[in-house]
Amino acid sequence: MQSSTLLALIALGALGLLFSAGLAYASRKFAVEEDPRVIQILDVLAGANCGACGYPGCRAFAEAVVEGKAPISACTPGGTESTSKIAKIMEMEAEEGEYVPQVAVVRCRGGFKEARTLFQYYGLQDCAAAQLAAGGSKACAYGCLGLGSCVRVCPFEALTMGDNGLPLVDDKRCTGCGLCVSACPRGIIQLIPRSAQVYLACVSQERGKKVKAVCSVGCIGCGLCSKPKVTPSGAITMADSLPVIDYTKGAGELVVAVHKCPTNSFVDKIVHRPWVSIDTKCDGCGICKEICPVDAIEGEQSHQHKVITNKCIGCGICVPKCPLAAISIQGALGYTEER
Amino acid sequence: MGEFFIILISAVLVNNFVLARFLGICPFLGVSKKTDTALGMGMAVIFVMTLASIFTNLIHNLVLIPYHLEFLQIVTFILVIASLVQLVETVLRKLSPALYHALGIYLPLITTNCAILGLALLNVIKQYDLTRCIVFGLGAGLGFTLALLIMSGIRERLQFADVPKPLRGVPITLIVAGLLSMAFMGFSGLVKM
Repeated sequence: MQSSTLLALIALGALGLLFSAGLAYASRKFAVEEDPRVIQILDVLAGANCGACGYPGCRAFAEAVVEGKAPISACTPGGTESTSKIAKIMEMEAEEGEYVPQVAVVRCRGGFKEARTLFQYYGLQDCAAAQLAAGGSKACAYGCLGLGSCVRVCPFEALTMGDNGLPLVDDKRCTGCGLCVSACPRGIIQLIPRSAQVYLACVSQERGKKVKAVCSVGCIGCGLCSKPKVTPSGAITMADSLPVIDYTKGAGELVVAVHKCPTNSFVDKIVHRPWVSIDTKCDGCGICKEICPVDAIEGEQSHQHKVITNKCIGCGICVPKCPLAAISIQGALGYTEER
Repeated sequence: MGEFFIILISAVLVNNFVLARFLGICPFLGVSKKTDTALGMGMAVIFVMTLASIFTNLIHNLVLIPYHLEFLQIVTFILVIASLVQLVETVLRKLSPALYHALGIYLPLITTNCAILGLALLNVIKQYDLTRCIVFGLGAGLGFTLALLIMSGIRERLQFADVPKPLRGVPITLIVAGLLSMAFMGFSGLVKM
């Protein structure tokens, strides 16, 4: 008995020693050298494994960066912060201005109330599946199907399904990774610069009556917003039947477009804009009265002008035009929620 | 030759490790969500099972039997299998990064899997020699892969099925596994050993 216990101990110990020696030898002999920068880069990435960079997971992206295959700015959730840190690790110059923080917007306002439905859809609760079933239940062939494929795909929980059957974007959580953009079978979700406040919430390629028949807030392609009267700098141009916004041009004009749109198809993320006011420096030159797109300024020549507060939309176009700097915007921009 | 074929068929179909012997249920349920991953896991299991049956057979015949230490079977086999997988992983990573990436996480995952240990112990119980051990290990791995592939295929289809709410997820998976196991009972008369 004694000897068999001893024997067992020796045998097992010897085997263990043998194997560990073998493993130690193998780990030396077959050591794979890994670039330490891979781990460093992995540390500064967002770590969400979202795949927005086009690589399967953060690690694959980090390896690709070290190999010089991937652009260092491809990590959208990490943003400029990640990019500059990677640049430091890779001892490269971060290209300034290459990366514009973006945010997703849902370009459809046709919820249960606004848009007509053709039939009740009882199939698989997935937008792509609904799209295959006779093109979905919405009468509008371009509208949001409201089954939340985008909500499910978002790794940051930035999307939620609203009461109206339309997804809502939480700007604070959205990293602009663009996964929802590709998840939407109708291409309704778009990435716009984070600084942009106005977007067109309709992607319908139809015009006029055809849009009116299916949706009360659809863009009818009238082109009013692209008229020089509304957007003199050309911030909005018409491409076929849809207005296209150039975010590099006059932001104030976009606010005017929001108010001029007959179908209310634009969305201004800033729900409450403060109105402007004219102080006593005003000598009544009349420039502001002339350029105000909504005729919210009144007053006689050479007398101090006044702002008609319930007409002013807070676009701010008049502010830089005043030669005496007598116009100012009072109060802060009112977002729907705290930021 | 005929006997080898019988061992192979019996390991793959009749006494399928997962569906008849109920070994390795954890990966069977865990990595059978997608056919791709199921195939990766299956390949890793075939690989490790074949190697493990060779090495456990050698250790058993050269160390345990001569010194009358058969009671150390389980602990020795686990030691052998774990070291072996670790060694294989290290070597693979250096020599064949492609295969290493293909097997990926599954290789270390199956180190302590009961299917592998079960295989080693069954080899001893059945008193197979080295060649039969290899064939049996290969067959067991193939059978595991087959079960995993069938399961993953069904589960992929199940995604689109209208499953009653209380049964969604794990419950329906277990029911499917049970039905699959019953289906494999049909093979029981195929081979008489």
